Amino acid sequence: MSAAAPARAWVFGDNIDTDVLAPGHLMKLAPDDLARHCLEAVNPDFAPNVRPGDVLIAGRNFGLGSSREQAAVSLKRLGLKAVIARSFARIFFRNAINLGLPAFAYDADLPIADGDPIALDVPAGRLDIVNTGGVVALPALAPALTDILDAGGLMPLLERRLKAERSAT
Amino acid sequence: MTANAEVTRGATRETGRGRTLAEKIIARAAGRPHATPGDIVTVAVDLAMAHDSSGPRRWRPHLEALGVGLWDPDKVVIVSDHYVPAVDAASAAILKDVRDFVRAYGVTRFFDMRGISHAVMPEHGLLRPGMLCAGGDSHSPHGGAFGCFIAGFGATDMTAIAVTGETWLTVPATRRVAWNGRFQDGVSAKDVMLFLAREIGAENHNLVIEYAGDTVAAMSMEERMTLCNMAAELGADTGIVEPDATTLAHIRAHGGAVDDAALDAWRSDADAAYHSAFAFDAAALAPQIAAPHFPGNSSSVADMNRVRIDQAYIGACVGAKYEDLAMAARVLEGRTVRDGVRLLIAPATTKVTEQAAKSGVLATLTQAGGILLPSGCGACAGMGHGLLAAGDVCISTTNRNFQGRMGHKDAFVYLGSPYSVASAAVAGEIVDPRAYLS
Ligand code: SF4
Repeated sequence: MSAAAPARAWVFGDNIDTDVLAPGHLMKLAPDDLARHCLEAVNPDFAPNVRPGDVLIAGRNFGLGSSREQAAVSLKRLGLKAVIARSFARIFFRNAINLGLPAFAYDADLPIADGDPIALDVPAGRLDIVNTGGVVALPALAPALTDILDAGGLMPLLERRLKAERSAT
Repeated sequence: MTANAEVTRGATRETGRGRTLAEKIIARAAGRPHATPGDIVTVAVDLAMAHDSSGPRRWRPHLEALGVGLWDPDKVVIVSDHYVPAVDAASAAILKDVRDFVRAYGVTRFFDMRGISHAVMPEHGLLRPGMLCAGGDSHSPHGGAFGCFIAGFGATDMTAIAVTGETWLTVPATRRVAWNGRFQDGVSAKDVMLFLAREIGAENHNLVIEYAGDTVAAMSMEERMTLCNMAAELGADTGIVEPDATTLAHIRAHGGAVDDAALDAWRSDADAAYHSAFAFDAAALAPQIAAPHFPGNSSSVADMNRVRIDQAYIGACVGAKYEDLAMAARVLEGRTVRDGVRLLIAPATTKVTEQAAKSGVLATLTQAGGILLPSGCGACAGMGHGLLAAGDVCISTTNRNFQGRMGHKDAFVYLGSPYSVASAAVAGEIVDPRAYLS
């Protein structure tokens, strides 16, 4: 048994872009209001029903497109615990880590259907598929990136670094 | 592969031990003798650019909380281009905040409503070979045309760069994409990119695309910018072109200082270890059109014939430079836009408008029925004028046709070159622009 509590898997396909994650014509909205439109063009049930701790599982090239951080912010505001995708677009991946949203690249098909219960232990990189009892070991992130995640994001890490510099001088 | 786009290609890993241009720039910025693909390195940033959407309004709360200023206000470029001109009180407030920020933090290079960031920077000679630049926008690779390494970053990364002047990079490997031969008349760099988005795909992750070959060497800087801009659509870290006499002449003509020695210093070694290499025949390339909702969903125009359109849009960093407007004018000279079709033109910068007014290109466009919009991201970002209703069909010179990007999620956006977009405006449907050149 994994220590992590079971949550729902939200499964999406390949090439989920930043315009469906955070539509451009709604970018003036406050973050929580923008988040309500997250992915509505591909699955209108997602934003109203996603619950804190749920995990998004996607195909290839997740988050391609704009540098807009609101794409990752929306997922975080909706309470997603992590995103697991076969591959990530570079800027989205950096944004997610910088905001403290774990992003795992796992380049193989996961035997998980939309709505399946799963349990994810982020620090251990362990994904339990509840229905089948299957366990997946997710590839570890580079130490430079876990440092950012452990600090809660790049800004808390920067704050800590600046404080250390100040007290050193 | 379609019959009229025959190419030769092969992905081969060269065995050379030399370094590519991108690796040399990153090594220099990291203060290391070498930068090896896959390594994570910390680099010093020579120039950081941000715009009104991703920049000051995201940076300021963090700078205030941290009690710090910019690492070097002279190395920070701020451009207001996404919310310009203000269309409501909310966008007006965003723009006002940008102006306040620029004053409060001593930014010396501020371009307020002068055009789209990527097109504005080269107009001021700000990008030079060998620089390492960070842009708070995904199409920052545009500037790779100048032989610099310039990649896009999100707002939190840019905030950290604004404070410290550095960031981390996973050193990308380089994929060489060579084009040789002469384009047919009516074919341009935009067609190259819509072709590549299909043929080499949108997942060139952890790669720099180095454009090479005699077709690229013969290109103007603006056409090279189109190539590098859409490296974003290939999913690459950035695009780059080795500098040559054309590069140096453009920088100098726009007020930048650059030494001839840059040509020797900033090029890939003859025996550089590329990740892979492709070669394509420019003469065999037909005009390319991308169908909704993905740039790589492209094919030769022959396969796309007779798609009826409601709107033709000439805009964006990639598609409304001076030469783009001139291409459209070649089609629109002496013709008129089809009844029931709206042709909207948003020049990339105010200087482009000025140049097009002087040369007569602007009059050709408006006499044909084109409607002039302000310079800025406009409908490309889904923020300005010219958005689409459900069911609308648009052909656009922009770089992305993701669902919902230009307005309603049930609108349909096709992508094409300025020749293709102007021809469609005249015909009322997507047609082969080679039959419409004057
Ligand atoms: S014109 Fe379009 S692609 Fe270019 S910077 Fe603006 S929103 Fe991005």
